[in-house]
Amino acid sequence: MNCRSEVLEVTVEARQVEEAMLALLHTILLHRSTGKFHYKKEGTYSIGTVGTLDIDCDFIDFTFVRVSSEELDRVIRKAVSEFKDALSNSGSDGMGQISLEFYQKKKSRWPFSDECIPWEVWSIKVNVVNLANEQERQICREKVGEKLGEKVINVVEVINRHEYLPKMPTQSEVDNVFDTSLKDVQPYLYKITFQITDSLGTSVSTTMRRLIKDTLAL
Amino acid sequence: MDSGLSPQDKKDLDKFIKFFALKTVQVIVQARLGEKICTRSSSSPTGSDWFNLAIKDIPEVTHEAKRALAGQLPGIGRSMCVEISLKTSEGDSMELETWCLEMNEKCDKDIKVSYTVYNRLSVLLKSLLAITRVTPAYKLSRKQGHDYVILYRIYFGEVQLSGLGEGFQTVRVGVVGTPVGTVTLSCAYRTNLAFMSNRQFERSAPIMGIIVDHFVDPPYSSHRPANMGQPCNYRPPDEEDGGAFVGVQDSQEVCTTSFSTSPPSQLYASRLSYQPPAAAGPAELCHPAANPNQMMHGGKEGGVVLVPAHPVHGADAHLTVEHPPITPGSIGDDDSLSHSGDGRRDEGRRSASPSDPVEALNAFTRKIGAFVNKPSTQITAASLDLPFAAFAPRGLDSEENDPMVQPPDSPPCPSPLQASLHSQGSEGSGPQDDFVMVDFRPAFSKDDLLPMDLGTFYREFQNPPQLASLSLHISSQSMADDLDSLPEKLAVYEKNIDEFDAFVDMLQ
Repeated sequence: MNCRSEVLEVTVEARQVEEAMLALLHTILLHRSTGKFHYKKEGTYSIGTVGTLDIDCDFIDFTFVRVSSEELDRVIRKAVSEFKDALSNSGSDGMGQISLEFYQKKKSRWPFSDECIPWEVWSIKVNVVNLANEQERQICREKVGEKLGEKVINVVEVINRHEYLPKMPTQSEVDNVFDTSLKDVQPYLYKITFQITDSLGTSVSTTMRRLIKDTLAL
Repeated sequence: MDSGLSPQDKKDLDKFIKFFALKTVQVIVQARLGEKICTRSSSSPTGSDWFNLAIKDIPEVTHEAKRALAGQLPGIGRSMCVEISLKTSEGDSMELETWCLEMNEKCDKDIKVSYTVYNRLSVLLKSLLAITRVTPAYKLSRKQGHDYVILYRIYFGEVQLSGLGEGFQTVRVGVVGTPVGTVTLSCAYRTNLAFMSNRQFERSAPIMGIIVDHFVDPPYSSHRPANMGQPCNYRPPDEEDGGAFVGVQDSQEVCTTSFSTSPPSQLYASRLSYQPPAAAGPAELCHPAANPNQMMHGGKEGGVVLVPAHPVHGADAHLTVEHPPITPGSIGDDDSLSHSGDGRRDEGRRSASPSDPVEALNAFTRKIGAFVNKPSTQITAASLDLPFAAFAPRGLDSEENDPMVQPPDSPPCPSPLQASLHSQGSEGSGPQDDFVMVDFRPAFSKDDLLPMDLGTFYREFQNPPQLASLSLHISSQSMADDLDSLPEKLAVYEKNIDEFDAFVDMLQ
């Protein structure tokens, strides 16, 4: 099966990086999270309820909706802030890319470890600019807000094509498809990675691969 | 043409579409209230969370939506539309956007209703949540207040986009294929905000109690009414529930919360494991919950919060109980009360059965003073914020001070304070000034011989009366008289000496 890959590009100011990434990542995860599964006898299961939360951005004229789960928010914020730090450490006109990959685990026979098979990858390319004065910043606020709105529409469009989704697992398989570690919501198994390219656009001098969700290490 | 849909599936599908329509309206209107929405995730499903999303049901909105639908479902040629418009305080109004829930003929026969369609409708609702924050009307609605308000209008039938002006844009939220057609959700929004551009819309708090003419388009009417609609503001039901709308009517309808993990290729085999809501089923289903815990607080800065309302009643602690136990040790602090250092104070607090009556009387006497002292103490104490100052026994009520009636160790006596209050003037008769004499009525006493009570009697006859001869002025006077009259008496006695002798002899 081919992995679906989508690329979103945004150009932001340094202080807007965090909120822009949070907005897009949370929008994707909103669509890719369900309530907690509760398995019952006879192979049936019931699904918990997902709450939502409006988040206003401080540096961008934008409001996004995220899943009402503090745990998930913490994980995403941590990843985004690492990305932001890496971006700011790399150079003034940094370019970077943060990827949100949804995968499935496939059990392999011993001695091979489980395979992680991605089925959807979202790549958000970020271009950081520096602005000279406050007026430009004000314009940038609104513009980036509009751009993020367009990106949200793109995300929604892709998701509503209803292309491949892993089929609903049985109780024994649920951890191969979903991240069941959170107590209030259940996103599909995902991992967030990022890489920084220097201003020449050449490939990474330091590739930092951060596994936010670990695969089972055997 | 018969799509091969089983009756149960058809029924489920109709229910899904109906509730999807209602939830769509809720999401759109709530997104235009001008406040941030916040709902909680819950890992245990309740029967009232359709599509596994926590979307609050505002009763008026549900009512309006049902009125517009009038029992029908969105179908081919019959769309459900939510029109969002803006009305200024001067009365100008303008349509901002129109959200359309439509159905077209493209059917997806192979899709599983109870599972795939349901989940896709859930994803579509999430998309709607995201998109409603993106269109231009969202920012306008967040700033509504004094200058303008946002209204909504629900109508059913043909979509009318002419009010959106030139160059309106359309964004498609999503589509979900079903065996009877494809559900499409889209939004057409105005881009030309011409008459707005000259105004300054400041951010201000929403007006409370705003009354707007509301007019709801009757179904099938193609005549567009004057652009009035429902205001997009909402106050929590416990503040202004006029009883016009019954709670959440649809809470009686249970939504599907149970799914099967059977392979999707078996289209109808899942029927066996599917738990129809009508069945008793597991406890998670069939909860016609009105969700009393969820309250929306409108009109606040922090946005709309959905939290259980727990009024916190802290203990009313202005009368903190620091009731010092009356122990013999604390009684010792009442040294000041017993002025002359005898053992009275030790017995002062004993229960009312003393061994020595006199001692007891002593104790009682002193006790009168002690108890009596309390009113003044309490009066002073009250000003010192002593605990239970309000409940202190009043001095004039002798019953309370009666140690026979009440055991001596009961009264709450802040002994250290009392000690400090009485540390001065406790010598000699000084404390008598602090004492207020109270009638002492011992139990079982009766006024018989002497019309006086025991205490008075005792005081009066405590000591034998002074000898008359010993009283100074009388004694001096009598002495003088005696001396004067002595020779005469001697003469008389000598004259009668024989009589006296005879008398003495008689006595022997």
